Amino acid sequence: MVQVETEVVECDVLIVGGGMAGCGAAYEAAYWAQAQGLRVVMVEKAAIERSGAVAMGLSAINCYMGMKWGENQPEDFVRYVRQDLMGLSREDLVYDIARNVDSSVHMFEEWGLPFFKTPEGRYKREGRWQVMIHGESYKPIVAEAAKKAIGEQNVYERIFMSHVLLDKDDPGKVAGAVGFSVRDQKMYVFKAKAVISAAGGATLVFRPHAVGEGLGRIWYAPWNTGSAYKLAITAGAEMTQMEHRLVVARFKDGYGPVGMWFLLFKAVLKNAYGELVEEKWAKLLEDWLPYGAGKPIPTPLRNHQMIQDHLAGTGPHYLRTDEALQKMFADVQHDPRKVREIEADAWEDFLDMTMSQALLWASENIDPAKTPSEVVLTEPYLMGSHASGTGAWVSGPEDIAPKDYFWGYNRMTTIRGLFAAGDGVGASAHKFSSGSYTEGRLAGKAAVAYVFDNGGPVTIDQDRVEALRRELFAPLEVQEKGRALVTRGDVNPQVITPKQALFRLQKIMDEYVAGQGSGYITNGPTLKRGLELLGMLREDLPKVGAKDLHDLLRVWEVWDRYYCAEAHARHMLFREETRWPGYYYRGDFPKLDETNWKCFTTSRFDPDKHEWTLAKKPYIALIP
Amino acid sequence: MPTYVNPDKCDGCKALDRPACMYICPNDLMTLDRSLGKAWNQEPDLCWECYACVKTCPQSAIDMRGYGDVVPIGASLTPLRGTDSVMWTVKFRNGQMKRFKFAIRTTPWGSIEPFQGLPAPAPGEAKKPGLCGESKYLGVDRLPAVAKN
Ligand SMILES: Cc1cc2nc3c(=O)[nH]c(=O)nc-3n(C[C@H](O)[C@H](O)[C@H](O)COP(=O)(O)OP(=O)(O)OC[C@H]3O[C@@H](n4cnc5c(N)ncnc54)[C@H](O)[C@@H]3O)c2cc1C
Ligand code: SF4
Ligand code: SF4
Repeated sequence: MVQVETEVVECDVLIVGGGMAGCGAAYEAAYWAQAQGLRVVMVEKAAIERSGAVAMGLSAINCYMGMKWGENQPEDFVRYVRQDLMGLSREDLVYDIARNVDSSVHMFEEWGLPFFKTPEGRYKREGRWQVMIHGESYKPIVAEAAKKAIGEQNVYERIFMSHVLLDKDDPGKVAGAVGFSVRDQKMYVFKAKAVISAAGGATLVFRPHAVGEGLGRIWYAPWNTGSAYKLAITAGAEMTQMEHRLVVARFKDGYGPVGMWFLLFKAVLKNAYGELVEEKWAKLLEDWLPYGAGKPIPTPLRNHQMIQDHLAGTGPHYLRTDEALQKMFADVQHDPRKVREIEADAWEDFLDMTMSQALLWASENIDPAKTPSEVVLTEPYLMGSHASGTGAWVSGPEDIAPKDYFWGYNRMTTIRGLFAAGDGVGASAHKFSSGSYTEGRLAGKAAVAYVFDNGGPVTIDQDRVEALRRELFAPLEVQEKGRALVTRGDVNPQVITPKQALFRLQKIMDEYVAGQGSGYITNGPTLKRGLELLGMLREDLPKVGAKDLHDLLRVWEVWDRYYCAEAHARHMLFREETRWPGYYYRGDFPKLDETNWKCFTTSRFDPDKHEWTLAKKPYIALIP
Repeated sequence: MPTYVNPDKCDGCKALDRPACMYICPNDLMTLDRSLGKAWNQEPDLCWECYACVKTCPQSAIDMRGYGDVVPIGASLTPLRGTDSVMWTVKFRNGQMKRFKFAIRTTPWGSIEPFQGLPAPAPGEAKKPGLCGESKYLGVDRLPAVAKN
């Protein structure tokens, strides 16, 4: 048995994950906690100054109403999100973010985040909901505020959180969470009255475009391994819309975002023969009414048009950056100073947010003003903050949530005292960075209110902690024991490496669960076969060995992705329709079915029996 | 493009209490080779090229090389991050150069006072809708609401 020290940390509110949602939760919880001197602790697997999806910075804030200038109202946003999600959103959650998000954005500006401004002093719009920032230091700024709010001594870094603890005497209630240090051989037990899971979405569950050295160059952050889902699923919390996913058009190979190019620079997508993809395939939208007739065209339907054009053999597809920039240069009469400004904005978009796209341009001698760039669809990501709504089924806010959507505390999961935010909350898309931060704040405040109301002690189950301790560090022993079985190398009858386990997962997901390599298509029998193979992978995961603590981190990240994968496949099997063509297609149910499936799907996992129970939940419109 | 470390420049951050690149990397990739006393990227195929380590290295010892399986070799992209702006130098494969400078922060580092100017919270208010500092930050008089269904 490997020697492991255990450190116990006691607090009132525990925040797992110090990304956008986690930092928002820390800020807000710290404020309300003052009334009774509660202790708020944040635990993060990396360093919060540069952790999560915003580690490298962003060039836009994609969720901002501008209510103070009367630009948009929350109900406008709800209608937009509903349309983009093909009808299905928890409108109470979406509305709640929209009505509060402006305050977070105004705070960011006060703290020192630089914004692009119009001559009248408003934020410069990239699109209806997006405002432009010089966002290289977005995350360090937000992290500084979080650290100051809860106190640096309450931020625990380089600890990977693996399991939620339930109360020994009242298993419907949370009692804390456990994890291990990636720096010292040490287990951490956080005893807490409320836990906020803000540990991010899931990438690399599916095989990406490059699988060699370029494996990590994907659009969403490779360190977002789906912990927010795994923590909630294995705690027995109800999950929703786990079949939903994000597939987006991105610049090829660099995975650079296209938002600014489409929205601000008005660049268009053409195939190799100069045909406008959207125009050429406009008729396809008629198969997806009423959403196909709405504006803007939902993200999955735009993907659907691109896929059809690809199948017609008329690729590659190009974003005509050249045409867009030349037009903009002409509009300013080629004034060298203005041309230089436009060029700087074009490059800053990537230098703030996806540097590798800029490097790729330089590597391929692409000057976007002269040469268009290829665009392709990504592999699927599971996330709740973009044009996708994977995550936990949570309570809405008391003042606006319908009865079926309210059970005591805003953003609380179906486990009492366990809250979620950001990518971790389902059926509430388009939060992006600012909305995730705001949702963290909402959860942070509600968690404090929960502790005020339910302040009694929680009881940790010591046997469970002991069992988890053995389980967490077992991969180090597996590796050690296996060593004697072979002369040298990683090929071992008893041990597999974390990387090979990850590749095995990605292969199954790509081939059976509608990955990019299979054209995003699957059906019932294919999904069932995928689930069989996933089952065998799960049986083998205890044989994944860890040579050191870095490897141990990777082993537990594979477990995260495994749970995401299984939940995803089970939900896809359950929903017998194709609601989001362009995200995935059920070949056996190729159409939208408003009569039977205009509802949310939910699942609950029983960890003892390893059984999943799926159900439908009603969609209730809040905004006409 | 995954990072690599220039052995002539890296000093293992001897003067600091921990190697800066190892502290910051969001994916636990940068680590110290104890026998060399220098840092390296231990798992380059999980590097996102986020440049966090490059920007923070006090010796400017970390650089990027295009992913071997994807990117033509020969270009470079180098940041120089100060307290209020970052400067980027782009060198193309064909030798062409471009330079850009962007703002990163309008206030001094460490200057955030989270709850300055906000009243102390009253205990009962934690149950009500609305976030802290609403009257200062939201920009409208009242938190919007809709009728429940
Ligand atoms: C390339 C790119 C471009 C984007 N563009 C924009 C844009 O222009 N505008 C915009 O508003 N948004 C944009 N986004 C989206 C935005 O970044 C996300 O919506 C937002 O960060 C989600 O917040 P989150 O807190 O849920 O997740 P994150 O911010 O990713 O935070 C998750 C945190 O949890 C930590 N963590 C994970 N697992 C564990 C664990 N087991 N234990 C402890 N800690 C853990 C992570 O390290 C991380 O700190 C972009 C994202 C990317 C990647
Ligand atoms: S930060 Fe730079 S000098 Fe310090 S260990 Fe890393 S590479 Fe070496
Ligand atoms: S570029 Fe980012 S992901 Fe790559 S080693 Fe540096 S800090 Fe880590």
